[in-house]
Amino acid sequence: MTEIAEHSYRPGTEKPTSFLDVRDLRVHFPTDDGLVKSVDGLTFRVDRGKTLGIVGESGSGKSVTSLSVMGLHHGGSAKITGEIFLDGEELVGASPEGVRLLRGQKMAMIFQDPLSSMHPYYTIGYQIVEAYRIHNDVSKKAAYQHAIEMLDRVGIPQPDKRVHDYPHQFSGGMRQRAMIAMALSCDPELLIADEPTTALDVTVQAQILDLIRDLQKEFNSAVIIITHDLGVVAELADDILVMYAGRCAEYGSADDIFREPQHPYTWGLLGSMPRIDRERSERLLPIKGTPPSLINVPSGCAFNPRCTYCDLTGGRSTSERPELIDVGHGHRVACHLTRDQRDQIWRDDIQPKL
Amino acid sequence: MNTKRWRALVALAAVASFGLAACGGGGTDGDGDGDGGGGSEPAFNAAVEGVFNPSDKKGGTIKVANNGDWDSLDTGETYYGYSWNFARLYGRSLLMFKPAPGKESNELVPDLAEDLGEPSDGGKTWTYKIKKGVKYQDGTEVTAKDVKHAVLRSTDKTTFPNGPAYFEAFLDLPKGYDGPYRTKDMNTDQAIETPDDYTIVFHLKAPFSGFDFMAQLAQTMPVPEAKDTGAKYRNEIISSGPYMFEDFEVGKSFSLVRNPEWDESTDEFRKALPDKYEVTLNVNPDDIDNRLISGDVHIDIAGTGVQPASLSRILGDPELKKNADNASIARNWYTSINPTVKPLDNIDCRKAIMYGMDRTAYQTAQGGEFAGGEIATTVLPPQIPGYEKFDLYPAGEDNKGDVDKAKEHLEACGQPDGFETNIAYRAERPREKATAEAFQQALSRVGIKLTLRPFPQGDYFSQFAGNPPYVVKNNLGLAINGWGADWNDGFGFLSQIVDSRVIRPAGGSSNTSVRIPEVDKMLDDALLELDEDARNKLWGEIDKRVMEEAVFFPGVYAKSLLVRGQGLTNVFVSEAFGMYDYMNMGVEE
Amino acid sequence: MITYIIRRLFAAVVLLFVVSVITFSIFYLVPRLIGGSAESLATRYVGRAATAETVKVTTERLGFNDPIYVQYANWAKGVAIGTEYDYGAGVEQCPAPCLGYSFITRQPVWPDLLDRIPVTLSLAAGAALIWVTFGVSVGVLSALRRGSVFDRAAMSVSLAGVSLPIFFTGLVCLSFFSYKLGWTAPGGQFVPVSENPAKWAYAMVLPWITLAFLFSAQYARLTRAGMLETMNEDYVRTARAKGLPEKTVVVRHGLRGALTPILTIFGLDLGLLLGGAVLTEKTFSLNGLGKYAVDGIIANDLPKIMGVTLTAAFFIVMASLVVDLLYAVVDPRVRK
Repeated sequence: MTEIAEHSYRPGTEKPTSFLDVRDLRVHFPTDDGLVKSVDGLTFRVDRGKTLGIVGESGSGKSVTSLSVMGLHHGGSAKITGEIFLDGEELVGASPEGVRLLRGQKMAMIFQDPLSSMHPYYTIGYQIVEAYRIHNDVSKKAAYQHAIEMLDRVGIPQPDKRVHDYPHQFSGGMRQRAMIAMALSCDPELLIADEPTTALDVTVQAQILDLIRDLQKEFNSAVIIITHDLGVVAELADDILVMYAGRCAEYGSADDIFREPQHPYTWGLLGSMPRIDRERSERLLPIKGTPPSLINVPSGCAFNPRCTYCDLTGGRSTSERPELIDVGHGHRVACHLTRDQRDQIWRDDIQPKL
Repeated sequence: MNTKRWRALVALAAVASFGLAACGGGGTDGDGDGDGGGGSEPAFNAAVEGVFNPSDKKGGTIKVANNGDWDSLDTGETYYGYSWNFARLYGRSLLMFKPAPGKESNELVPDLAEDLGEPSDGGKTWTYKIKKGVKYQDGTEVTAKDVKHAVLRSTDKTTFPNGPAYFEAFLDLPKGYDGPYRTKDMNTDQAIETPDDYTIVFHLKAPFSGFDFMAQLAQTMPVPEAKDTGAKYRNEIISSGPYMFEDFEVGKSFSLVRNPEWDESTDEFRKALPDKYEVTLNVNPDDIDNRLISGDVHIDIAGTGVQPASLSRILGDPELKKNADNASIARNWYTSINPTVKPLDNIDCRKAIMYGMDRTAYQTAQGGEFAGGEIATTVLPPQIPGYEKFDLYPAGEDNKGDVDKAKEHLEACGQPDGFETNIAYRAERPREKATAEAFQQALSRVGIKLTLRPFPQGDYFSQFAGNPPYVVKNNLGLAINGWGADWNDGFGFLSQIVDSRVIRPAGGSSNTSVRIPEVDKMLDDALLELDEDARNKLWGEIDKRVMEEAVFFPGVYAKSLLVRGQGLTNVFVSEAFGMYDYMNMGVEE
Repeated sequence: MITYIIRRLFAAVVLLFVVSVITFSIFYLVPRLIGGSAESLATRYVGRAATAETVKVTTERLGFNDPIYVQYANWAKGVAIGTEYDYGAGVEQCPAPCLGYSFITRQPVWPDLLDRIPVTLSLAAGAALIWVTFGVSVGVLSALRRGSVFDRAAMSVSLAGVSLPIFFTGLVCLSFFSYKLGWTAPGGQFVPVSENPAKWAYAMVLPWITLAFLFSAQYARLTRAGMLETMNEDYVRTARAKGLPEKTVVVRHGLRGALTPILTIFGLDLGLLLGGAVLTEKTFSLNGLGKYAVDGIIANDLPKIMGVTLTAAFFIVMASLVVDLLYAVVDPRVRK
């Protein structure tokens, strides 16, 4: 079980305790229109063998978070502060070259759209071999053998033949499997999957998720799954981090988040989950409105313009930013509603309609 | 103007039988613009009045650039002035123009012949004695038969369509004669006799007092019949002069090296100074100017002057200007005033144009004083013997035209408010367009409205401005024109532009406006006059008579700005060619 | 693939035939349509003193009296099986492919073309090497340092390069580097590479640079735009995520993607240039195909014009074929 970090963390004061320990991460992009605060004070931990689901709408900062961990914002215009410890090693202040050597080796990433994320001009095998040989001093032949093994392991039939195929010759699901094979080729200890199933159809989605779960068991790696769909992480994640406007809205174990979610935004996300056992008409409406601009984040609670229960806080939600407060067992929520209000609304209004 | 343009002009004017010298003509500046007088101190026009940097030192290589290509290096076919100038390095004609600066260059001197021609039978028969011991590069001796063959082959216009056509026009060739290739066995003694190896006798159809001019044509340079390969001979020329061909690359380059068989004792005029000439063809004309100035090239062979881009640069820089010469060319850039077009059938209307035009504007349009030429008031340029300076239509102190006089003549013509007509010019020539615009502007001062009518130069004379019915139908009252002769002689200059009998109803003649029966008769009389001075006087009278009719608006006597190559010796402008003489130049090593 | 190539080659032959018909029509038929007679065409090939008789025999000699399709057939016959030519003192054979005899220099056109192809080839190949290397590098650097001083300077210079005509830059370069400094060869020099590679390069370097300047500018801009696009592609992010060194990411993933459209343009540019780099050859007085064509046009030398047009068309057709084939090599998605 992952530990829930203290919110009032002060940099440099504590030793990292988890395999991945992210503390007060802020990723800001200066633009001509103003400062875009894509991630603004995010703290979380993941241990080996565990899975963290980061959930939120597009633009909530979840992808930026994962790219920051991977060090892929280095050299760009992003201003990154806070600390990221991977296996005890701090990454934010580390040299880009040092982080590069970790990429693909110790931490790997699976991207959303496997078609655009693989180079159209190189064979699947070449792209796997390329990743493998960067970090392992082996012959081309051995690397290809390894690539074929990896393809086999992710369930690609006739891997010795398909290894010479180009991405466009693969189906969507196969491509994602190949992508996973590529990510796993160096036995990474941290695997970040950014919307790994979004571009796939439902049956394939399940297969891919099964695959990730199986491989995680096999490799005992830490996994972060980033998605806008709570359903994806329901089965997979140990912990869930709900992000909104670059900040953490709710953070807790998967059990807590699904059994007694505390944040109105989380309720909204739950309401958007497809369920086959209910009629559509009974369901909650999806969250109204659109995600806020990250340049002009609404004052107070960033969610307030879209929150049905905003009026119940006596104006606090438009003037004061809610702190992330522990509501028990490390389950944290950033909401001005009182515990009673939340419990009541959940019980009476929300749960029955899910 | 580049050679290619000339070439196009030449092609279209082909229907006119003589003249329009491409680069020929000649002339000296005469007004002594620079320090002049030769010497070796560089000064503007130093090579116009005297020999610049005289020397007899042999050796070195002269580098020659041509912005185009020869029409043909075959002496039987070439028709460019620069080519005749240059051909004397590898061929010897019966006579030639004296290699000397200024007026002296118009004098004919014997080359292959021992003396000038001896006329008999009232100028119908001309006899030349040929020097002994003149040899080709292969060591065989040049004989009268070779000269005869050379002349006869040049009359084959199927094989040599480009060459001058004087010989077939004047020689008494047998009927049906089609050159030495196709009518090999026909006896041609009635036209040319060679009683022995060193005597050649030409028989003409009619007396011609100026036959010596024909004897200086490159067509009389000998061609050995055994080595003659027709149209291909141009690339396989057998030299009879001091230099012979080497490294010939058609369309690209060739070299001339010393002909070991050339005997200086047979040749009193050639110095043969450099060891070698290296000639590059089809070189970018702007690049030639740069290379002349930098010293990488010695001679811009076309001799038509620098490009517009270099003109102001040279004139504006005293260092460059002192290595330049402003050569005069025996050419008149004039405008025809067509009396066949109403209301120009009335002489007063024509005179209104003569008075109304701004001569300085004409000069500016033609390229100005240095590259265009001097303001002209006569048909004949000053280089032509018989030229007399006169001005029948004074254009006021400032040469900008006499508007009052012009109006008077308009009144007399019955068009007091002016009239409308058209002015034709060659669309491809910016200078002619500018000239037409100058007319338009100047004549608008007296109410004459001109409409510009550009025509393609390829068909300018055959279809448009030289086509009499077209001229009348389209009211081409004025047509921009130009003329230079093949050699500096009144007949050569005048016959094609003032003789009404050369006007062909179907078009193709340069002359469209001069239709004066009296002038035709004066020309015939002059042709029979064997006394040179008396003959020359007649040319001047014809000039005046033409000007009186106000059908010929003289524009400028052409000039061009030449650059002396660095290190050249014996540089002088030959009046006969209107450019540097290429025969006796040397180079400092 | 083989059938595809054969089909394309067949299409190329048909295209060349069409090009020859069109060119022939432009130069032989159009003057007749706008009122020129057979004689007026011939007057361009006789001297200024030509008599009517001379014009007549020249008209006959050049075949202008025949109907236009007969003239074309005669020309095409020469290309296919050769022809012969009367030079006065004898008759010369012109074996196939005889593209005719120049009206002006009285030389067969085909050997002239063969003689000039190496010049144009040298010019095009050398310049292409320079502009691809230089243009693409500048484009890549500009894209990677977008907005930097280097980027702005490079793009300004390349704007100048695209806008300045070669006859200007060429003359300026000649007069400065060749005549003032004496570093490079003066215009009009060419030494075959087989004869002396050093002299060959010495003579060609200025034309190369001048021509390459124009194209580099274009290619730098193209590459920059392409790189800006591909460096934002997902696959470049993937490449980085794999831990590839930045150089590998840029060259093997970013540039590789950006090069495909450039390859297409490059092929066509090269094809066009092989048909004659007209302005460069004229400016530097290089006796290549382009200058041959211009000299032919100025002199109205129709057989030369026909010859170069066909050669140029041939190169362009071949270049586009090669580009299409290469495209399949470069982009596996095109292979089916």
